[in-house]
Formats: sequence, structure tokens, C-alpha cells
Amino acid sequence: MSDALLQIEGLQKYYPVRKERLFGGSRGQVRAVDDVSFEIGRGETFGLVGESGCGKTTIAKLVLRIEPPTAGRILFEGLDVATLRGKALLAYRRNVQAVFQDPYGSLSPRLRVRDIVGEVLEIHTSMTRQQVTTRVHEVLELVGMRPEHARLFPHEFSGGQRQRIAIARALAADARLLVLDEAVSALDVSIRAQVITLLEELQRELGVSYLYIGHDLATVAHLSHRVGVMYLGRLCEVGESIEVSTAPQHPYTQALFASALPTKPGDQREPLAVVGEVPSALQLPTGCRFHPRCPHAMDRCSAVEPVLQPTSTSRRVSCHLMTAGSEVVGREPAAAR
Amino acid sequence: MTPPLLEVRGLRTEYRAFGGTRVVRAGDDVSFTRERGPTIGRVGDSGCGKTTTCLSLVRLLPAGAQVTAGEVLLEGRDLTGLPDREMQQIRGREIAMILQDPMASLNPLFTVYDQVREPAYHHRAMRGAALRERVRSLLGSVRIPSPERRMKEYPHQMSGGMRQRIAGAIALSAAPKVIIADEPTTSLDVTIQAQYLDLLKGLQRDTGVGLVFVTHDLGIVAKRCDDVVVMYAGRAVESGPVRTIFERARHPYADALLRSVPTMGSKEPLFRIEGQPPDLADLPPGCSFAPRCPLVADRCLEQAPPTLEITPGHRADCWFAQGSGPVLDAVAPGGGAAHTNGSTST
Ligand SMILES: Nc1ncnc2c1ncn2[C@@H]1O[C@H](COP(=O)(O)OP(=O)(O)OP(=O)(O)O)[C@@H](O)[C@H]1O
Ligand SMILES: Nc1ncnc2c1ncn2[C@@H]1O[C@H](COP(=O)(O)OP(=O)(O)OP(=O)(O)O)[C@@H](O)[C@H]1O
Ligand SMILES: [Mg+2]
Ligand SMILES: [Mg+2]
Repeated sequence: MSDALLQIEGLQKYYPVRKERLFGGSRGQVRAVDDVSFEIGRGETFGLVGESGCGKTTIAKLVLRIEPPTAGRILFEGLDVATLRGKALLAYRRNVQAVFQDPYGSLSPRLRVRDIVGEVLEIHTSMTRQQVTTRVHEVLELVGMRPEHARLFPHEFSGGQRQRIAIARALAADARLLVLDEAVSALDVSIRAQVITLLEELQRELGVSYLYIGHDLATVAHLSHRVGVMYLGRLCEVGESIEVSTAPQHPYTQALFASALPTKPGDQREPLAVVGEVPSALQLPTGCRFHPRCPHAMDRCSAVEPVLQPTSTSRRVSCHLMTAGSEVVGREPAAAR
Repeated sequence: MTPPLLEVRGLRTEYRAFGGTRVVRAGDDVSFTRERGPTIGRVGDSGCGKTTTCLSLVRLLPAGAQVTAGEVLLEGRDLTGLPDREMQQIRGREIAMILQDPMASLNPLFTVYDQVREPAYHHRAMRGAALRERVRSLLGSVRIPSPERRMKEYPHQMSGGMRQRIAGAIALSAAPKVIIADEPTTSLDVTIQAQYLDLLKGLQRDTGVGLVFVTHDLGIVAKRCDDVVVMYAGRAVESGPVRTIFERARHPYADALLRSVPTMGSKEPLFRIEGQPPDLADLPPGCSFAPRCPLVADRCLEQAPPTLEITPGHRADCWFAQGSGPVLDAVAPGGGAAHTNGSTST
């Protein structure tokens, strides 16, 4: 589609792991991201969810060109990001900003907050020092911090305050795409609500796009237009966030959304819907990666790996139950018949 | 009578910066008791002093920070006056802390195995095959996939959530009596989070370990804690049984907190507390929450509110604390997400 801001095509990232003498010296691989494709439109929020270790942060790192992909392409406004050089690369670095999962490691300890937040403006714009400082104060206030915090160092802040400094830094440059990796996870609900409202306002006013990675499903569903659900390096379901969160089709998505913790004491919903051993990206199951834990698994699931197939105009699901044509999922376990 | 497992009395911690001209009161007169059994959850605004209070309990405060008043009693023994060498023995063995920043508990130069092994080796004199098995089973119980192979890797090869769980495994390694977990699940997805919390609760049932959870996740508090302390601007503003506070929070900040949780499947705007939390180096006179409080009255701006006991065990620091029902119903009837969400499900 031509109105996509970011297109991801067949993206792959394999990490080599240490030689394992026990296994005859074979070189193992962690298949962190395996053949992932999706796109993000202008002014759109794409949410990415999935179990810990399924490859979400890796996708963020690839989009930001922190690491090169093993295979696949990332296109920003139609241009292959891997081929950007010189001015085009600088522009990309300004247009795509990120808030990383680790708010501690991503702020340089020797710089004052003013310089951390203002850095991108100093590199990429011709603003004067005074203008930069004014802008820094402005974005600090947007995220619930104070102008006088600008003169302090990162270690003088709490976890949530550091995360807000990182958000302020990402906002300072008026980027076109923000990659937000667990960007509000260290924030208490009141500041979180404030930041989310701010992100929504900025999107309405400036048309900025977000790649929003989070494990707080209610927040992801609230903020995103579309979501992608990942399982062991692959996308297993993509669709409109309202539809995916209220009527999930892939058995993993169903289990995931069923497991959201209730927010009231005494609510009996039990959050242990995904059962079985945590899968390992080192030793992938044959066939469908989810089949060892899937309540609906059939013979075919352990033999053939399903691919993403459209189930409606707005949704794609990779599950043999869906491609079989019938909506069996959610009614009765296929294995029981 | 045996003393409580952990008792904190009037703890006050300050950071000094700029030659003492900027004094941050990060924990002001914090008290609580940790009996064997129930779990305490501590929630509060970002920057209100939760981490600082925890760090003062285990004496891991950074340079420039100082406990200026109060005591920390572990089974009746005051830890605040102990020499550093003795405190080192107690830390990890008797009382362990899971730090908010997992990388602060992890050394990038050592393998996962070396780090999880250390407390069991040092404090419990475990060796050889038993030690290896201990590490393997700890990693398995915090849901690290392929623990046998993964324990030979380094922290940078782990995902964010894995690091957080490995930090947890290190804290559990020597089987301490008290575990203070500072935001132990911020990077965990719901299923792994639930399994990890169940593990901690299971340990508590089996071994009687005391748990103090610091979290901003009200879902965790709702489901996994028995008592809750709500902090604002360095002070405990409301405390009591979890159920009571979820049903009728009597401090406006606590009630507002409960109302700002997003509900699944809803695109309604979130409840917002207007304004910003105060700078702890420059607290307003009177009630610290007054400048943002929808119920504010003249008195609140002048005089700090007393601690009122509403029902036995349920306390709030607010002039309007007496009464029934959520305190903000007066200005925003109908309640927010946390009050309505799930109330009709089983
Ligand atoms: N530098 C690396 N070397 C080897 N393996 C790595 C490296 N970085 C990540 N991995 C592995 O790749 C997989 C995916 O990691 P990633 O950080 O993308 O997960 P994630 O989905 O962000 O998880 P989380 O929710 O826990 O943050 C994990 O198995 C992880 O151990
Ligand atoms: N080393 C330091 N020097 C000066 N001030 C500090 C230092 N560390 C923390 N502070 C300040 O102390 C206050 C309390 O910080 P603390 O880390 O205890 O907050 P917290 O309640 O854990 O917040 P969060 O939920 O964001 O982690 C904050 O306002 C912070 O700015
Ligand atoms: Mg991650
Ligand atoms: Mg903290």
C-alpha cells in the first residue's frame, strides 16, 4: 500500500549462540524474529504484543538500524532503510525516535537531562542554545516533569522519571514515527494516563505514527488502531485492535487476552490460560510453533507450519483451524472430536 | 511474643544535592509491619519514594542519600545501626531485594549461571551438583526456557523480561526470609507475570517468606496482595486491606489512581489527575496533594491533614477521609474503570 509510512517485509533476525560441546559442536541459533511482515500507516498506531522473549524488542532494534537484519527489508516512505546513507540517513534518524524498554541503560549517565533531551535538536536543527533549552523545558512539562529537572543527571531520578525523560527525548524532535518499547511500563497509572492522552493528542494534531510494544494488553488495545500478536519470532495474528482484543481468533491470542489480570479484588478470572512449558527459541517445535501448548492442536499442526492468511478484509491469522475454513476455534477443542 | 518479621518505624530518607541546597525528602515518616503471611503491596506516583524506602531497608542507598530518622527491625533486630560487614551477611541471606532496574542486579561480564549461583554458594554453602541443580531449578521456576543452555549465556543475550526474571532468581537463590520486590514484573507479559507471581506466592505459602511488592500495577495489588499502602509525595497517604481500599478509597489520590486504569475494549478517555506531583525538594505547605485535589478546601492548603482511622486497619491522611464509598464519588459519580471493571463478572 502506498500510504504506509513503514513497511516491514519478511524480516528475519537470527542470533548465533555459543558453541555447545555437548551437542557435537553444532552452532545454535536463536531465531528471534522469523519472517515477519506488517506495515504502519501515517497517523496510525500499530501495537505489538506477545510473550516475553518472542522478538518484540528485536524488531524495534532492526527498525532503528541498531542491528542489521539477517534477511528481509524495512521500507520507510518507500525507501529501503538498509541502503540509506549520508543526509538521508540523518533524516531517518531524526524522523524515527525511540523509547527503549530499559530506561536505565538508554540515558547517558554523564549528560544532564537538558543535553539528553536536547541532543537531537542540536544535531539535526539550527536552533540556538536558548531555543533548545526552551523546547526541552516544554517537553519535560508535557511528560509531567519540571523545567528545573533539566539541570540534573539521570541517576537523580526514579525509574518512572527516567522513563519520562526518555519519552521527552523522543518527543523533542517532532519525529514521524515513534518506536515505543514498553515505554510506559514503569509509570504509575496516573502518569501513564497522562502520557497516553498526550500521545493520542500528538497523533491527532501532527499525524505521527507509533509502533507500540507493550505487555499491558488493555493499554495496547486502547492506544492501537491495529495490533500484531507474536509468538516465538512469528506473527500469529494481525488485525484491528478492537476486533483482536474482543474476538481473538488464533488460539494463542485467545489465551493471551483471556489471561489479562483483573483490576478488582475478588474477580475470579484466573490468569493462567497459556499452559505448558515455556517454548524456547533455541529449539523450535516442528510445525506450528504454538502446537505443544495449543488446546486445539490437530495432527497437521505438528507437521506443517501455518502461514498468515486473511480471515476477513482486516485480519490475518496463521492457524490451520482457520484455513480449514470453519470457525471452530473458541467453540470446542478440535482434538476432542 | 515473637517480634514481627519486619517492622519499619518512622523511616525518613533524604537525598542531598547541590551542596545541600536541594534536599529531596524521598521517604517521610514511613511505617509498616510485615507479619509472616500476608503480602503487602505498595503503590504510588512515580517518584514518590517507593524505591528509596526499599533501598533504605536493605541499606543499598546511593551516595548522597541518608536515612535521617527511624528504624528497620528484622525479627526485632535493628538493621539501621549495624556495621556494613554484618549488613552484607544479612543481605541476600535474610533479606533480599529485587531491584527495579534488572541490569543493576546483573553483572554484564559474568554468565547467568555464575550470578544465580553466587548467593546459594556464599550464604548456603552449596557446592557441586547440588548447586548446579539449584540454579537450573531456579531458572526453570522463573520460566526461563531451556535453562540448562541459557545459563551459560550473558545478560545482554537475554530479552528484557528474561533479565527481570533472572534478577528474581538471584534474590531467591539463598532462600531469604524477606523479599522486597521493586516493580518485579514491569517487563513481563501477563501469562509469565501470573506464573512468576504465583511462584512467589507459592514460596510464601511453603516457606513463610515475607513479601513486600512495590508496584504501580493495581491488577497485581488486587489479585496478589492482602494489604496495600498508597504513597504520595514521600508519605503513606492511605493503607488498609486491599478490598476495602478498592471498594471505598477515602484518600482522593488513592481513589483517582483507581479510576485511571484503562478498561479492556474501551476507547473512553482515561480519568486524569490534573497537574503534576510536587518536587520532593519543594513540598507545598499543608497537604501535598491539595494543589491537584478535586475536593480541595482552604484548610487543606494550610494544614497537613491528620491520619484518620476510618475502620480498624483502614487509615487515610485526608480531612475528608471519614465517610463511606469512594471519596471522589462526590465529584465524579459512577466510579472509574477500576471500580466498574469486572464487578459484574463471576
Ligand atoms: N544479542 C543477543 N544475542 C543472543 N540472543 C539474543 C540477543 N538479543 C536477544 N536475543 C534473544 O532473542 C529472543 C528475542 O528477544 P527480544 O528481546 O526481542 O524479546 P522481547 O519480545 O522483547 O521480550 P521481552 O518482552 O522479554 O522484552 C530472546 O530469546 C533473546 O534471548
Ligand atoms: N540519587 C538521587 N539523588 C537525588 N535525588 C534522587 C536520587 N534518587 C532518587 N531521587 C529522587 O527521590 C525521589 C524518589 O525516588 P524513588 O526512586 O524512590 O521513587 P519511586 O517511588 O520508586 O518512583 P518510580 O515509581 O518512578 O520508580 C524522586 O523524586 C527522585 O527524583
Ligand atoms: Mg523486549
Ligand atoms: Mg522506583
